[in-house]
Amino acid sequence: MSKRVVVTGMGAVTPIGNDVPSFFEALRTGKNGVAAVTRFDTENYKCKVAAEVKDFDASKCFAPLVRRKTDLYVQYAVTAAQEAVDDSGIIGQVDENDLAVYVGSGVGGIGTICEEEEKLLARGEAGVNPQFVPKMIINMAAGQIAIRFHAHGPAMSVSTACATGSTAIGEAYRAIKDGYVTAAICGGSEAAVNPLAIAGFINCMALSQSEDPEAASLPFDQRRAGFVLGEGAAVLILEEYEHAKARGAKIYAEVCGYGATCDAHHVTAPDPEATQTIRAIRQSLEGVDYDPATTYVNAHGTGTSLNDKVETAAFKACFGEDAYRLHISSTKSMTGHMLGAAGAAEALACIFALQENTVPPTIHLEQPDPELDLDYTPNTAVQTQIDTAISTSLGFGGHNTCLAFRKVQA
Amino acid sequence: MAVLDEVKEMLAEKLEIPAEEITEESSFSDLGLDSLDMAEMMMDVENVFGVTIEADPSISTVGALVEKLESLK
Repeated sequence: MSKRVVVTGMGAVTPIGNDVPSFFEALRTGKNGVAAVTRFDTENYKCKVAAEVKDFDASKCFAPLVRRKTDLYVQYAVTAAQEAVDDSGIIGQVDENDLAVYVGSGVGGIGTICEEEEKLLARGEAGVNPQFVPKMIINMAAGQIAIRFHAHGPAMSVSTACATGSTAIGEAYRAIKDGYVTAAICGGSEAAVNPLAIAGFINCMALSQSEDPEAASLPFDQRRAGFVLGEGAAVLILEEYEHAKARGAKIYAEVCGYGATCDAHHVTAPDPEATQTIRAIRQSLEGVDYDPATTYVNAHGTGTSLNDKVETAAFKACFGEDAYRLHISSTKSMTGHMLGAAGAAEALACIFALQENTVPPTIHLEQPDPELDLDYTPNTAVQTQIDTAISTSLGFGGHNTCLAFRKVQA
Repeated sequence: MAVLDEVKEMLAEKLEIPAEEITEESSFSDLGLDSLDMAEMMMDVENVFGVTIEADPSISTVGALVEKLESLK
């Protein structure tokens, strides 16, 4: 028999807050995480702004020796995982063999790759650090988290580009639902604010070239012209419901659905028909009793011309006239696009909405696109009853993921 | 600078601890270095001192490494 799955811990390192309480406060107040790039000189780059994590202190979580051989994307992931694990109180309460880790990344240790490539070009083979490979590989966030918490269940890194965080949570949900494990540390992480990644995203015409941080990440606005690169990590503890209840855990929400499909259409562009996006949303809500008027939709909402149009069409196809009653927003207006971490941070935004009965806003939505006529919660958070929340994530490669959460009904 | 002091400086920087906490008797495993950390340190040492050191498990303490380096001078 399939099990119920609940969220019992949360952790976050984001451009608008380096832990969950500050992230939630930022969602409530509509804080803008976008600012001028500080990691490198953008003089010769068309991209000038990004949503960087600010004042991150890796030494809180890592001894110096380990910190030095750990890529920034792993540092974000482990820091978020530590917060989530501490929050859940699960260690010591679950059999280590039944604790899984599903933490992915979109691009992995690209900063480390760039550093070591420079050494290779300068000094040849002998210049490359022996720690290079374990430092940068894309599964090492999961590996380091498993080591830290002695999680001996499956540990793996789902990678579905910008849908990574959602896919990781969805796969963890299935593993618990189907009885393979009791609990999972799951989510996504990214640290790609560097010259190579920015140049790549600019040249594939995905990034906004706006120089104004207050008018760069513009989901659903008619001025939108590409996404703003964000970074960070978000991690959830998912746990089998009866196990969580028996140990008296805090239960934040129930994961009640997961949809995963692929466009099989184009490497970067979404299928304009949105057929498979629609199917993923429907899968996530299968058997879920919901009222559109009390449903929050955390849209993928990147602020590219095509994404926001396709997503709006998908919502209309799924919900019909009820689409106009949904509370929709794109928190990427605040966090930028955290790539592999985005879906996980947006899962947290869904839990925020359920917990606080508050819809986080789409900030900077000042010039609505007349073609996009749903309620995107412009500029200020809205307090209203929220009983169900879904999060859509679409990734390069045509990945469509949708997660559904609801308040726990005993 | 004496070889010992230079090795202590390198380790102190890596571990972010005062160099005074490292002695000739300090073993690399007690300092927390695993096999990859050792490989990394040996490469750094080779670069700094301009020598080549064959992998040798008997080099397990700061003192043994210093002795090895002095023998290669």
